[in-house]
Amino acid sequence: MSRPVALLALFSFAAAAGLFIALVSGPFPISALLVLDSVLDPTPGLVHDVIWQLRAPRALAAFACGGLLALAGALLQALLRNALADPYILGVSSGAALGALLALVAGAGAVLMNAAAFAGAALAIAIVFGLSFRSGEWDVYRLLLTGVVLAAGFSALVSLTLVTAPHVQVKGMLFWLMGDLSYAGSPLSAWTVLIVAVAVAVAGAAGLDLLALGEVKARSLGLAVKPLQIAVFVTAAVATVAAVMLAGSVGFVGLMVPHAVRLMGVASYRWLLPLSVLLGGAFLTLADTAARTLAAPQQLPVGVLTAIIGVPVMLALLGRTRAAL
Amino acid sequence: MLRCDGLTLAVPGRVLAREVGFEARRGEIWAVLGANGSGKTTLVHALAGLAPVPAGTVALDGAPLGERTNAARAGLVGVLLQQEDAEFWGSVLEYVLLGRFSRARTWFGWGREDEGAAQAALEAVGLAELARRGYRTLSGGERQRARIAQLLAQDPQAFLLDEPLQHLDLRHQVAVLRLFGALARERDRAVVMVLHDALWPARFCSHALLLHDGGRVECGRAAEILSRGRLERLYGCPLQEIEAGSARFFAPL
Repeated sequence: MSRPVALLALFSFAAAAGLFIALVSGPFPISALLVLDSVLDPTPGLVHDVIWQLRAPRALAAFACGGLLALAGALLQALLRNALADPYILGVSSGAALGALLALVAGAGAVLMNAAAFAGAALAIAIVFGLSFRSGEWDVYRLLLTGVVLAAGFSALVSLTLVTAPHVQVKGMLFWLMGDLSYAGSPLSAWTVLIVAVAVAVAGAAGLDLLALGEVKARSLGLAVKPLQIAVFVTAAVATVAAVMLAGSVGFVGLMVPHAVRLMGVASYRWLLPLSVLLGGAFLTLADTAARTLAAPQQLPVGVLTAIIGVPVMLALLGRTRAAL
Repeated sequence: MLRCDGLTLAVPGRVLAREVGFEARRGEIWAVLGANGSGKTTLVHALAGLAPVPAGTVALDGAPLGERTNAARAGLVGVLLQQEDAEFWGSVLEYVLLGRFSRARTWFGWGREDEGAAQAALEAVGLAELARRGYRTLSGGERQRARIAQLLAQDPQAFLLDEPLQHLDLRHQVAVLRLFGALARERDRAVVMVLHDALWPARFCSHALLLHDGGRVECGRAAEILSRGRLERLYGCPLQEIEAGSARFFAPL
């Protein structure tokens, strides 16, 4: 069995296991057998409600969020040809954060806050795309710099909002900024985006392998570079927005999961993209389960957990594969 | 087969040559010679349709290059670039397989035909043993051969080679020139190569195009164009002509 296929089997298992653990874990004790029973033969009752109305939606939201972020990270690393690119590098999340925080300050409810976050993200995408396209000459370097500059501007406004906001609101804002799935809504729309985005990305994966060699080289080998770049930008942006709407800005997943897959010896985007989605989803599901159980009844922001769990794993992988680098 | 007319070669802020026109027919091997910065690479990019030209046309089998899709063009014209500005993280075989992009039939993975073409290309440049190695672990000369193998796997009708001999040792320089010579003569391909060494063109090329400073262009049969006087003017240094049997060589004094 080739390495990517073996990893695909392993990650699929990890994803299923992660979702199952998320269903089993929580303050209300439900045994694994009961969970299995409820999954296979749903009968109404308290156990059923806890699993299907509390834990399953949250676990599915975490999985979708992790998958979306890992996909967006891998796509942007390919598009910008920059290993340090993550889903937030183009200002999508800081735009969304500014919108959400301003809505919080104004005392808006969840629906309005989501709308404001979406508006902020859409604004950021429109500005980045508009500015880097305006000169007529599409340039990835200009795109990267525009995004980074815009993100810095939004971050400054976010900080300003934080320091001027009333004390009682600051904690909620920090949870939003660090990434938190407690208030995640229905995961249905995120899953729709995830499935469409994965399909689009995998269809363009062969082109991404070429793009990694440079634009001129990719064109010489027959790739229509610009349409692919635009498709990748849009896909990554939509995936990021969907993830941010669900959980705020969860860090680490989008940057590191694609690199973890690369460190395991997978370079071709045909495999890297689906593997990253599976690993990112499984990882965030586990991290979120830890976030809601470790200090229960206190909930921790999942964005903190992703880094606390992910950093040692990444460092171990880096150490192990030093020879291959 | 590959024809350009009235071509202006320019880099930002500077016009290198005007009214460049020639046709590389099937079976011909063209040498493009010129001093540093004379526009050789710009010419290759223009002929490959990789860069817009300020004036002039490039046509392939009578049809303008710009009218073809990227994939169709890549099936007809293959380019060996002078430099690649990126690392490739996969194996040598995976690298060579990327040459099949414009021909791949399946959405996911490569077909048996693609694998076969890549293997044959690796054997042609003597890299079959290293197929599973990481591309990054190759030496400069081995990378150059892997790039040539990728181009062979692409299997275009016209080959544009920008300094195909760079990084290669003497044995592999000769092997690569023979390889493209055979492609031109036996498989009816057109070959245009930018060369830096005045040693090879008279021996391996049927035609030559000289890009002089100031934008003057001379082109024609190698036997007529490659004279000591022309090459001395081209490179701005004195040369001697060495005859060995039927072959002619030019070397600096």
